[in-house]
Amino acid sequence: MSKTVGQSMLRVDAFDKAAGRAKYTDDLCDRSALVTRIIHSTIAHGMVKRVDTAQAEQVPGVVKIFTCFDVPDLPFPTAGHPWSTDPHHQDVADRLLLNRHVRYYGDEVAVVVAEDEVSAAQAARLVQVEYDEYPFVLDVQQAMAPDAPQIHTEYPGNILAHTQIRTGDYESACKEPGLIKVEGWYDTPTVQHCHIENHVCSAYMEGGRITVTSSTQIPHIVRRVCGQALGIPWGKVRIIKPYIGGGFGNKQDALYEPLCAWLTTRLGGRLVKVDCSREETFVSNRVRHAIRTHIISWVRPDGSFAARKIECFSNQGGYASHGHGIVAKGMGAFPQIYPCPNVEGDAYTVFTNRPSAGAMRGYGIPQAMWAGESHIDDVARALGREPSEYRRQIVMPQGYVDPFSKNENYYDTFRQVMDKGMAAIGYEKKRKEYENQTGPVRRGVGMALFWYNTAVWPISLESSSCRMVLNQDGSVQVQTGETEIGQGCDTAFAQMAADAIGIPFGDVHIVSTQDTDVTPFGTGAYASRQTYIGGFALRQTAQLLRDRILTYAVELTRQMKENLDLINGRIVRITDGRELMTLGELATEALYSLTHSQHITAESTYQIKNNAYSFGCTFAEVEVDIPMCKVKLLNIVNVHDCGKLINPALAEAQVHGGMSMGIGYGLSEQLLFDERTGKPLNNNLLDYKLSTFMDHPHLQALFVENPEPTSPYGTKALGEPPACSPAPAIRNAVLQATGVAVNNAPMTPHVLFARFKAEGLL
Amino acid sequence: MYDLKALYEAQSVQDAVRLRLEHPQAQILAGGTDVLVQMREGKRAGKELISIYGIDALRGVALEEDGTIRIGSLTSFSHITKDPIIQKYINVLGEAVDMVGGPQIRNAGTIGGNTCNGVTSADSASTLFAWDAVVELTGGNGVRKLPIQDFYISAGKVDIRPDEIQTAVLIPKASYESCFGHYIKYAMRNAMDIATTGCSVNVVLSEDKKSIVRARIAYGVAGPIPLRCSHAEAAAQGRSLTEETAEAFSSAVLEDIHPRDSWRASKAFREHIAVELAKRGLKESIRLAGGELA
Amino acid sequence: MSNQYKLIRCTINGKTVERMVDVRASLTDMLRNDFRLTSVKKGCEVGECGACNVLINGECFNSCLYLAAWADGKNIRTAEDLMAPDGELADIQQAFIDEAAIQCGFCTPGFLMTAVEILESGKEYTDEELRKLLSGHLCRCTGYENILRAVKKTMLRRLGKV
Repeated sequence: MSKTVGQSMLRVDAFDKAAGRAKYTDDLCDRSALVTRIIHSTIAHGMVKRVDTAQAEQVPGVVKIFTCFDVPDLPFPTAGHPWSTDPHHQDVADRLLLNRHVRYYGDEVAVVVAEDEVSAAQAARLVQVEYDEYPFVLDVQQAMAPDAPQIHTEYPGNILAHTQIRTGDYESACKEPGLIKVEGWYDTPTVQHCHIENHVCSAYMEGGRITVTSSTQIPHIVRRVCGQALGIPWGKVRIIKPYIGGGFGNKQDALYEPLCAWLTTRLGGRLVKVDCSREETFVSNRVRHAIRTHIISWVRPDGSFAARKIECFSNQGGYASHGHGIVAKGMGAFPQIYPCPNVEGDAYTVFTNRPSAGAMRGYGIPQAMWAGESHIDDVARALGREPSEYRRQIVMPQGYVDPFSKNENYYDTFRQVMDKGMAAIGYEKKRKEYENQTGPVRRGVGMALFWYNTAVWPISLESSSCRMVLNQDGSVQVQTGETEIGQGCDTAFAQMAADAIGIPFGDVHIVSTQDTDVTPFGTGAYASRQTYIGGFALRQTAQLLRDRILTYAVELTRQMKENLDLINGRIVRITDGRELMTLGELATEALYSLTHSQHITAESTYQIKNNAYSFGCTFAEVEVDIPMCKVKLLNIVNVHDCGKLINPALAEAQVHGGMSMGIGYGLSEQLLFDERTGKPLNNNLLDYKLSTFMDHPHLQALFVENPEPTSPYGTKALGEPPACSPAPAIRNAVLQATGVAVNNAPMTPHVLFARFKAEGLL
Repeated sequence: MYDLKALYEAQSVQDAVRLRLEHPQAQILAGGTDVLVQMREGKRAGKELISIYGIDALRGVALEEDGTIRIGSLTSFSHITKDPIIQKYINVLGEAVDMVGGPQIRNAGTIGGNTCNGVTSADSASTLFAWDAVVELTGGNGVRKLPIQDFYISAGKVDIRPDEIQTAVLIPKASYESCFGHYIKYAMRNAMDIATTGCSVNVVLSEDKKSIVRARIAYGVAGPIPLRCSHAEAAAQGRSLTEETAEAFSSAVLEDIHPRDSWRASKAFREHIAVELAKRGLKESIRLAGGELA
Repeated sequence: MSNQYKLIRCTINGKTVERMVDVRASLTDMLRNDFRLTSVKKGCEVGECGACNVLINGECFNSCLYLAAWADGKNIRTAEDLMAPDGELADIQQAFIDEAAIQCGFCTPGFLMTAVEILESGKEYTDEELRKLLSGHLCRCTGYENILRAVKKTMLRRLGKV
């Protein structure tokens, strides 16, 4: 059946994007829109006593200034999770549209609405905010101290959530004689998504309803959150998602859509736009959770684990957003990737006065792999074992089944990806060559594995809906609730749909723009789930459509339905292979028939109660200039088993992007804060060191294609996995080169300077 | 949309001088890559601007009769890098300004703007300091020339009088003759970055290429403004081309530089890097000059 | 304060135009708002991302840091200019498509214009040189890998080397 799945079809949106004609949110916003400027708090923690807008209101062009004293007292959640009808599983509702109790430097206090941006900016500078300042805390463990400032009264000790793993008996197991104890603390930074299109949205009212056009990954969820925030029925809100300039999880939150929706209701339904600056995007959107991890491994001389202890401290920042889900997923990886009979794990998600952490590519796994894969190299070193060979001994075996998710490791994926990665980088030869180096410039090669599971079942709902509409010419519009944000899912879906319906790729018209009024319900782009989850509804809906088409074909051809097939846009009698008519002819007849007119469409929802592991690894080769405190990445290879590739070229491109993000995570990216004020120091693209064109070597992406048995297309997660293992692989390469274990990401020259000094290399 | 109060566009140097006198509060605007950024940040919001960007007479590199290299103040970084006179006589300057930001910034940014900003991290500044550049300013009373070291007063402040604009940066022949130099920008990324520390070294070797006749070294971000290192230069002058000379030269810079702790880098880190850059810069300059370290 | 305007006459994508512009406007503002050339994107507005890059007299500039008033007398080209009047894509656009160098597409128009400057030089560059010439643009989707492939392939084709 397969004709386009597995082929590198060109992206369905590439022409418009190459032509410079693809319209993004701001491109669609009419110039008559009122513009806004948000007044952000200039303290890290406190209570707004008074907002003086008198002077600001005098600025010509200012329409209205709203403050935290004007907004409805309706706390709402922002996380892009499926809603739960069980109140115990609902996201924490701790936000207001504008906040009197400000919880981080950059919180929203007031908003100026003006006719033009200069007036808005001038007025914003004149708004005077008076605060009652509270003590603040930025560090996750300091926030857990008894005397720490309390950020949310409902959460004593600032602990949003604490979950545990208790397997076997850690306390007894670690007393076994002859064990080697390996212990480490591993730190990851606060980083930001840095999609090139900042978050922007605009809203207006029509017919008593609010339409919000937004740069979002989750249109249907944003609709719900707007309804909750404004206290209006959810059907009163319509969200439109045009082309999106990247998201990476930041736009998997309701950001300023609720505020923008509320503003239009307060301005007679006029079109109003909230356009984040880059500086705001860094601080007042979402960031990745900085997680500090403490690991103790009790290892037998033969390398097997007797017992392991893991403690994770996740820095939530000021508001709950995605909250504990991130560190919970991260901690969940530890006992699975390297099974051990006795595990004690504790994960804490803790409020601090930093920007709110939400979803970001990898969802806790890059943090967990930084800690876990650095630690495995530390264990190998303690045992005198070669790290790749050691991993082969202890890694999750084929046939492993996770008791909770029921995910199964159907293949010997870990060993297969390692084989491929080692061959690609010339691991064994280099590993030997780089032993026992001296001198100021040294090389090393290192590796890291990663564990990832696709989608969110069984923690949350997984369902996908799809609609297919047959046109007169035999082409088909396909809509799903899964969201194109740049990753290429529209193209993958077009391929799947073409094959499943039996029409040429070019006859599938994917509707990329989503509109909650017409797009089937879906929860959006996250959890690397689009291709996996979307595949179910596409396959099912295609079957429905085919069935209706062939039923109609029976009328027109007088042939038995079982003898008919739809192949490449033609009705074919399979008994002799004769083409009886084209789908276009059938569709035209169906629509205009004077005896039996029918618009052939199909629509269905599929609820997925499966999930799939998606594993892989990174191999990295570095050159460390010790006196310069610099790491130069010479070679890097990612190998993924994401099942069967739907589109090899797009899969490869997806891996490149994730590797780039992972390289930045390991070497350069970090959002910094002034310890004295909590003020962000480098919230711009000059001072925040996102990798440039000159900071990468050639990025090599390889695949092992073990078909995922639960997926109708044999596919599973790829969006997030590429970002999970590059950073620890680089760290482990530095370890080989220098003998210095660097446990703090990113390994900036400042960090290396301190470590090299401590280890006597400088 | 920039929050600027008024824009005055100078058509000529004389016009610029007149506008300076008419609008004493106005900020001079050249390529815009710094001033416009600051205006957007709110630091210079609501100000009047005098744009000199349209004065084409201030663009280009020329060799004057006495051998002085004259770089018009509005010459963009990319034009400096590509200029044959620069490549022939002071290639290191072309290399240094080729490390500013990225290509688009190098097409927009000007050497005049880079120096008039008065910031210590300017990629052109350490090389101009190390090559004893002279700044030419034109005002109501004609032309004034001063060594670049005198032009910089303090962080963000340079010696431009109320009626003046900077019209050229000059490199005297005595400075570049037989001289070879190397600039190292130490930054956190390989593009689109500002220098954590920048170090420009140049040497004149003896005819037999066995010893250093003159060594000059200057830094950016080793103090509030770019600076020269007299102790280090003295430590190398007349010395033979040895590892010891490189060590003496580079360790002596600590007597000259005074970087500070900031969130961008600690003082200790900057000092460590400065010494390493001096050593590498000297060695590379010697190599370029045809010398070989014994 | 009453707003200050300036009459500018320039060539935009091959057409001579005359327009009164607000002197406060950046070239990005002018191209996006007055001429609806929305391939010119706003990603940072301070010259750090390259999304607003356009060609001015053959050289690339971040139009966010360029005053609209300076456009007077200039020849300006945006990504909308690359397609031939008959709708045929330029080779570099097609190469971006073929090499999967486009994902979210937000940085694409800016990159394309730098690629045009590189290609119009008629020179052959090494990979390292190309990386440097393209380094004024940030991209979060592609890791730059396929963008390099697309530019390199087009360069070699134009030089008759593939």
